[in-house]
Amino acid sequence: MRKHWRIATLGALGAAAMMLAGLGEAMAQNEQFLPRLTYRTGPYAPNGVPFANGYADYLNLLNERDGGVNGVRLTFEECETGYDTARGVECYDRLKGKGPTGAAVVDPLSTGITFALTEKAPGDKIPLITMGYGRSESQDGSVFGWNFPLLGTYWAAADIIMNYVAQKEGGYAKLKGKKISLVYHDSPYGKEPIPLLEELAKRHGFTFAALPVTHPGVEQKATWLQIRQNRPDYVLLWGWGVMNSTSIKEAAAVNYPRNKMIGVWWSGAEPDVTPAGDGSKGYLAANLHAVGDQFGVHRDIYKIVYDKGKGAAKKEEVGHVLYNRGLVNAFLATEAMRKGQARFGNKPLTGEQMRWSLENLEVTATRIKEAGFEGLVYPMKLSCQDHMGSARARIQQWDGSKWSFVSDWIEADRKLLDPMVAAAAKKYAAEKKITPRDCSKEM
Amino acid sequence: MLYREAGQFKTTYGDDQAIFPIRQDRLGMALILLIAYVALPLFATDYFITSIMIPFLIYALAAIGLNLLTGYCGQVSLGTGGFMAVGAYAAYNFTIRMPELNLIVVFILAGGCAAMVGVVFGIPSLRIKGFYLAVATLAAQFFLDWAFARIKWFTNYTPSGSVAAPPLDIFGFAINTPDRRYFLILAIVTVMALAAKNLVRGRVGRSWMAIRDMDIAAEIIGIRPLRAKLSAFAVSSFYAGVAGALWAFLHLGAWEPLAFDINRSFILLFMVIIGGLGSILGCFLGAAFILMVPLALNQIPTALGIPLSTAMISHAEFMIFGAMIVFFLIVEPHGLARLWALGKEKLRLWPFPH
Repeated sequence: MRKHWRIATLGALGAAAMMLAGLGEAMAQNEQFLPRLTYRTGPYAPNGVPFANGYADYLNLLNERDGGVNGVRLTFEECETGYDTARGVECYDRLKGKGPTGAAVVDPLSTGITFALTEKAPGDKIPLITMGYGRSESQDGSVFGWNFPLLGTYWAAADIIMNYVAQKEGGYAKLKGKKISLVYHDSPYGKEPIPLLEELAKRHGFTFAALPVTHPGVEQKATWLQIRQNRPDYVLLWGWGVMNSTSIKEAAAVNYPRNKMIGVWWSGAEPDVTPAGDGSKGYLAANLHAVGDQFGVHRDIYKIVYDKGKGAAKKEEVGHVLYNRGLVNAFLATEAMRKGQARFGNKPLTGEQMRWSLENLEVTATRIKEAGFEGLVYPMKLSCQDHMGSARARIQQWDGSKWSFVSDWIEADRKLLDPMVAAAAKKYAAEKKITPRDCSKEM
Repeated sequence: MLYREAGQFKTTYGDDQAIFPIRQDRLGMALILLIAYVALPLFATDYFITSIMIPFLIYALAAIGLNLLTGYCGQVSLGTGGFMAVGAYAAYNFTIRMPELNLIVVFILAGGCAAMVGVVFGIPSLRIKGFYLAVATLAAQFFLDWAFARIKWFTNYTPSGSVAAPPLDIFGFAINTPDRRYFLILAIVTVMALAAKNLVRGRVGRSWMAIRDMDIAAEIIGIRPLRAKLSAFAVSSFYAGVAGALWAFLHLGAWEPLAFDINRSFILLFMVIIGGLGSILGCFLGAAFILMVPLALNQIPTALGIPLSTAMISHAEFMIFGAMIVFFLIVEPHGLARLWALGKEKLRLWPFPH
């Protein structure tokens, strides 16, 4: 008898859940759904958490302050990928059909997941925003119609960092005979910059050595022993998660000068430097945007999101590097939505409309100021051909308690990048039998 | 009452040797195939097909491969992920370098390459056993991982080391929708599972089991360990290779060596152990358990509207799943397939157990 009761209760619960779900559907007509592929657990969590929090806070800010984007509320659901490609693909499939128009845009926040989704996005007609990561050749919009590596790819990052090094040494001519080493995460993410650095080494006559570190990167003794023996003039760091802090600790252990170590923008956040304590003083890293919570958008976030107890992060983590990156990413995605709504009307956009919006997106200095991002990001403009927009970053230095910039905005050399991108994209198109779009005919 | 074979007389040797000698089993099997081939493509959502059925079938295929080796021949292997990688990269290189090859031929060749590599790494099994062999196959896993990450030729010199499957078609029929991918995988898994079932019932399978149960006794009755062990490695790696090619081409689409790392080998070994060593059915049960339970645990809180943070859900998933593995291993150390067999025994006596 008791068993029957249990079954009945379960049934009732199930029915209630279904009704609730149905109710939700009915209310969801004027909502834009954003799937959030996050990782709040595992070896990459220290970096995954602040990014996810920043993204969530910006969406909540828009909902609370403006009622969404032009009256279209933003809803989102997080799915834990743990930085695992297979699980990321599952999350993507799980969330892509939700909301009234389905997922309009996806940010995978993992190069491995980006590679897998690059194959799926064209079929599902969902654009991928891979801000500062992803495939470098996906900058070419004529072949990679659905990838948007906004603000910079790894090739751009490598070039920016080398430009900084050249600046410091007094011009590229002075790099002749110097030794540059790259300590990288042994995955597509870490391997991406290698072709560009090899090209630069050939042009400017420096010796380049690439030293891999296997996932997740807690064991690096052998790598740093090599660095101790070779004494390269500069070490570039291409790590993620626990690998970054381990690298900095190992550098301190072999006494490699930290101010000769330059991390990519994914290797320059607070969780990377704080575990090494004083050992990370002087460490350099590129950054796509500014650090700190002194900007207009942060004031609004404190007032409207945190004071109501709706913040995703701890209050003292607002303004951290990766938190701000989450903000900027959400900002660019919602700016694209505004662009799309101006053309398609103030309603939820589909993936195809979102792609048009991204390709025609222009984020001007005025708009940046208006949204409270002044000083945080650089203006950018995308096109059908160029899916990257701007490729600028600044170099920041850790002084033991905070990051401060030691350079102005440095731009990647597009004359160097574009032919390499075109060649790599052409090879991909041939392998996949894609006919590139003619961008002069797109409007 | 329903599950009783009274009145079913076997009048020929053929009847007696059938895979499913009991009518109810045949009906059940027919029903499962009907669901898999007709009902699911008609009624299931894209999510169910792409994220649950496709990985489930591929995992089951790889688990069959490992089970032939570990469950039937008694050779513990931690190299399945590596052999899957061989299949995936072989298939990639065949399609890139010989684009005119039919996809089915590519998969068979990929399995063949994996089989050859498997035989090479199986040679130590002639000398070493048990845990020591597990360590030797672990070497295969790491070596293969290393080879695909470092030897640029395998990845056609792509800068990032990540490769993507070219557009697929069979006889001009493009494999580009979830349903088509599903049908292709389902057909391959059906044929290969049937082949495996027959293989283990025949002479080859019996020689493997003899080696597993006592290799010296097997040698005395005239089974050659060299041939039995290496054939087990070859067949097992062939299955793993085909599964790897399917995983790369039809599930992920683009992959890097990390997709076939040591975790993949462990997961497959868990599937085989939890499903049941020495059982083809167990491979499917184990694959279903390891793949679907975490996904279900991950989605239940959201589906019921319980407000838990993403991290909390993920932690709970790990803890509950771990507890379930321990529970099942304590309740039935011989795996889910054994539970099913016990259930069938009970069902035969129901409702009048004596």
